[in-house]
Amino acid sequence: MDRFVFLTVDGLSRGAVYAAFALALVLIWRAARVVNFAQGAMAVAAAYVAYTVSTATGSYWLGFVVAIVAGLLLGALVDRAVMRHVDHASPLNPVIVALGLVLLIQAVLGMVYGSEFRPAEAPFSRSALTVGGVAVLSPYDLFVFATIGVVVSGLAWMFARTPVGLRMRAAAFAPEVSRLLGVNVGGMLTLGWALASGVGALAAMLVLPTELGLHPHAMDLVFVSAFTAAVVGGLDSPPGAVVGGLVVGLLLSYVSGYAGSDLTPLAVLVLLLAVLLVRPGGLFAPVAARRV
Amino acid sequence: MTATDLLVVRGLVAGYGAAPVLRAIDLTVPAGTIAAVVGANGAGKTTLLRALSGMIRPAAGQVLLAGEDLRGTPVEQLVRRGMAHVPEGRGVISELTVDENLRLGGLWRRDRADAGRALDEVYQLFEPLARRRRHLGHQLSGGERQMLALGRALVGRPRLLLLDEPSLGLAPRVVARTMALLRQLRDRTGLTVLLVEQNVRSALAVADQGVVMSLGRVVIAAPAVQLRDDVDLRHAYLGF
Repeated sequence: MDRFVFLTVDGLSRGAVYAAFALALVLIWRAARVVNFAQGAMAVAAAYVAYTVSTATGSYWLGFVVAIVAGLLLGALVDRAVMRHVDHASPLNPVIVALGLVLLIQAVLGMVYGSEFRPAEAPFSRSALTVGGVAVLSPYDLFVFATIGVVVSGLAWMFARTPVGLRMRAAAFAPEVSRLLGVNVGGMLTLGWALASGVGALAAMLVLPTELGLHPHAMDLVFVSAFTAAVVGGLDSPPGAVVGGLVVGLLLSYVSGYAGSDLTPLAVLVLLLAVLLVRPGGLFAPVAARRV
Repeated sequence: MTATDLLVVRGLVAGYGAAPVLRAIDLTVPAGTIAAVVGANGAGKTTLLRALSGMIRPAAGQVLLAGEDLRGTPVEQLVRRGMAHVPEGRGVISELTVDENLRLGGLWRRDRADAGRALDEVYQLFEPLARRRRHLGHQLSGGERQMLALGRALVGRPRLLLLDEPSLGLAPRVVARTMALLRQLRDRTGLTVLLVEQNVRSALAVADQGVVMSLGRVVIAAPAVQLRDDVDLRHAYLGF
């Protein structure tokens, strides 16, 4: 029972990170109809910037803030400098370009920082507090839950309640009509990329201390899990991405706890395959077909 | 051009790819009037509206709105110049609620207080929309979508309203109501309307000016009354 509680909490904690990362994928998918396969590499790049700042200044928090800012800027840059110029006539084009970006970013990071693992610092203790003899949550888990809770509800509020959120949704659903109504669709797209990449950078900062550390490929497996989470939730649904993230986190935690951690990459792929076969639209696929 | 001409089009050439759809269009719409552009399928009516609102870039010619040349103005800026374009199929955003669709029409405005007033006016003008504020676009009937598209354009308090086939797919009663509304807006607020229609009878019934297009050219621009009454003209170009 103790083990089950531990695995559940651990799974939810990782799942929260997958949820944020999946949400970032969904943001870009909804805005630009691109699955951003470069998101993991972009997030790692932001984390390396944070590492540089933190080691130079000795402040974790300064690095943390810089990572998010770097993520935002990198997202805007990737949109303006690269994705904007890709012909979207075939959906394969942006995918190939994104994969190219992965290679480029990872190669540059390898050249600048080398490819050995660098320690990723956690701002709070990772040892679990015990409640009634059962090890439950670590302060770091609480930090992860709180941060992601704030970011996810902040984004939800922004999209649902603010003028800029309304513009972004309109631009994503109906770009032509939105332009006729005075919406700067190109600007909204860039903003979408920036926000998504910022959330991705945040997720990387939260997950890296729980892994081996900083490495150009450090987010590769996280990306696969988050992509699965996004597909489980339906690529079009932000709430779906969050639920999908938690589901994937729990599943991986149980598989690694009860069946061995070697099986976790396999479990992700089996889940991805199962969802694509049984319910390709995802569990949260919208009921109404799109009509304009 | 006189001071009262809101829209002046001179020698407009536009199209998709190499072959121009519009071949040197000349057109003048005085402020506070309704102009109806009619003509067979493929005459270039929709293309004309798309070229006016900048959705396709004209190859040649000039578009003046209240004397200002619109060349090079990005589409999203035109609404700030006072031009509202309700596209074919009306462009209601199905995933947004009625209220969100309407508010979107006024988001660009600096004068937030007046944008709020314009929104209230539209809700007064279109009773059914007020009752369906929280409904999504795809839950509306055809007539309600029409109201929503029109209302959304009006929230921006345009000087010139471009309407592409407002009668498409609607019951005759709804079409009649729409046309009556356009006349009412013209008389009360001085709105100028450029209307593209397949439904020639209803369009000419409401319009001040009739513009007949054929194969990318304006073949007649005359008072609507004259087009309605001239049997030869109707037979030759309008087929009724």
